[in-house]
Amino acid sequence: MQADPKGVLTGAHFLDGDQACCEGALAAGARFAAGYPITPSTEIVERFAARIPTIGGVFIQMEDELAASIAILGAVWGGAKAFTVTSGPGFSLMMEHIGYAAMTETPCVFVNVQRGGPSTGLPTLPAQADMMQARWGSHGDYEIIALAPNSPQECFDLTIQAFNLSEEYRVPVMFMMDECVGHMTEKVEIPPAERIEIRPRRHTSRLPGEFRPYEANGDGVPEMVHAGEGYRFHVTGLTHDEQGYPAMNPQAQDRLVRRLKRKVHDAAERIALYEEENTEAADVVVVSYGITSRVAQRAIEMAREKGIPVGKFRLITVWPFPEAHLRALARRTKAFVVPELNCGQIALEVERAAAGHARTIPVTHAGGSVHQPEQILEAIAEALR
Amino acid sequence: MRLTEIRVAGFGGQGVILSAMVIGKAACIYENGYATLTQNFGPEARGSACSAQVILSDQPILYPYVVRPDILIAMSQEAYTRFTPELKEGGLLLVEQDLVRISDLPAGIRAYSVPATRLAEELGKRMVLNIVMVGCFAGVTGLLDPEALRRAVADSVPPGSKELNLRAFEKGLEYGRAKVGPLAEYPDAEPAIRAIEGLS
Repeated sequence: MQADPKGVLTGAHFLDGDQACCEGALAAGARFAAGYPITPSTEIVERFAARIPTIGGVFIQMEDELAASIAILGAVWGGAKAFTVTSGPGFSLMMEHIGYAAMTETPCVFVNVQRGGPSTGLPTLPAQADMMQARWGSHGDYEIIALAPNSPQECFDLTIQAFNLSEEYRVPVMFMMDECVGHMTEKVEIPPAERIEIRPRRHTSRLPGEFRPYEANGDGVPEMVHAGEGYRFHVTGLTHDEQGYPAMNPQAQDRLVRRLKRKVHDAAERIALYEEENTEAADVVVVSYGITSRVAQRAIEMAREKGIPVGKFRLITVWPFPEAHLRALARRTKAFVVPELNCGQIALEVERAAAGHARTIPVTHAGGSVHQPEQILEAIAEALR
Repeated sequence: MRLTEIRVAGFGGQGVILSAMVIGKAACIYENGYATLTQNFGPEARGSACSAQVILSDQPILYPYVVRPDILIAMSQEAYTRFTPELKEGGLLLVEQDLVRISDLPAGIRAYSVPATRLAEELGKRMVLNIVMVGCFAGVTGLLDPEALRRAVADSVPPGSKELNLRAFEKGLEYGRAKVGPLAEYPDAEPAIRAIEGLS
């Protein structure tokens, strides 16, 4: 399906990542946003609030992040594509409803423009320290999808992707920006609407009398209906049967939780977006994501200038983690160097995936800026020693 | 264009960010270059320190922050004092004449003083001094096509003040090309411009 031209600001623009993310959401068909302002994410909803009255849709500034994150889920069940936007402290407050979205299979997007933490931390400075929270922050067993853009252009392109993935798999998608990418202004090219592919909602074609809300297809993803369409359906965070009603027994729990995990886990290789370069003959592969991938690229170029062959593996989807791919890579290389703006989060995943076949060298940073390329270069040199 | 780092700094409310936006937009939207703009975000508001950084290049820009600027445009004394020491050796400094008193200028810096406020006042609006500075930057450096900058000015300012801002740009450009000379106190500074014949 093609994008609705009303939401597509075709042309070349000089936008920051936050504004580009908003344009991506509009192009993807988001017509509802709810939020509670927080630096460095506020510009996204500020723009949405300014743009939406001429496109047709709703923005609500809620009383807090709990309200914002549940309002979007209501909007989705009312038929809209919806998202909310926040940063660390607000993301913590949204955890309950991320779990609720996973449990109720509500397609939606949570944007987190990461800043230094914990707590209120560094409101105006970047970090990538919410990566594990994005995956594990809500209680119980569930899966989400997370993407990490490294430029305003990607904030546009990948926001569309985030909405599409949320509809395809009926999961909340975490859009993991950071302050640097969010507040950085670069050229953003927005294509014509007919060149933007949109994944429509998996709406049922069954009649009301035949529809079972949580009856999954072969790929484990059920079809949806919206309130007011004449279907009877029930949405609950309680463990439910295929009819959507609470079912308090271990069999129903096993069936539901395993399906929620399987539908994403089994599609991990299909979902995975990454950039891989020169990993064939490299003894060292730098694994990075988000803004750090640009600094890592600089370090890789510096290493190549010194005649050191270094491979690059850039995660664009961070969750589900492309485990099988990294494991295969670990058998061909000696070490992974993993720079990130945290004290070592995705490095743990890399180490787990490598399963002892290659060393993992984290290059940590507590946040507030980005690495110096020399720090990454030093780790590359260490990996070769 | 090789990688060029530019910092624009002054008070909040002077249009510091807008001038950096115009430079970045001209390079990557109206010319075929790349530009990355970052801002110092803080609890700054009107009247306090404000700074924006633009990196221009003909290659994709990887490292997002300015490290050692090639060019500094300073529109306040504080901006001058704080940011001049980080200028690259041989770097270019443009200051607003009435707002910045130059002292302790590091060796090897080419410094030019621009009466942007007075030029803006001649146009009837002091607030366009930032675009006068952008025009002057264009005239002194020749780094960007003035036509690209004109287009960037035209679509960056409110429609009602477009003509005024374009006049401010021309005024700065003309001044930059023709009248800016090395500061009197630094006669050894290398002139960065070619005076245009016929203009006094």
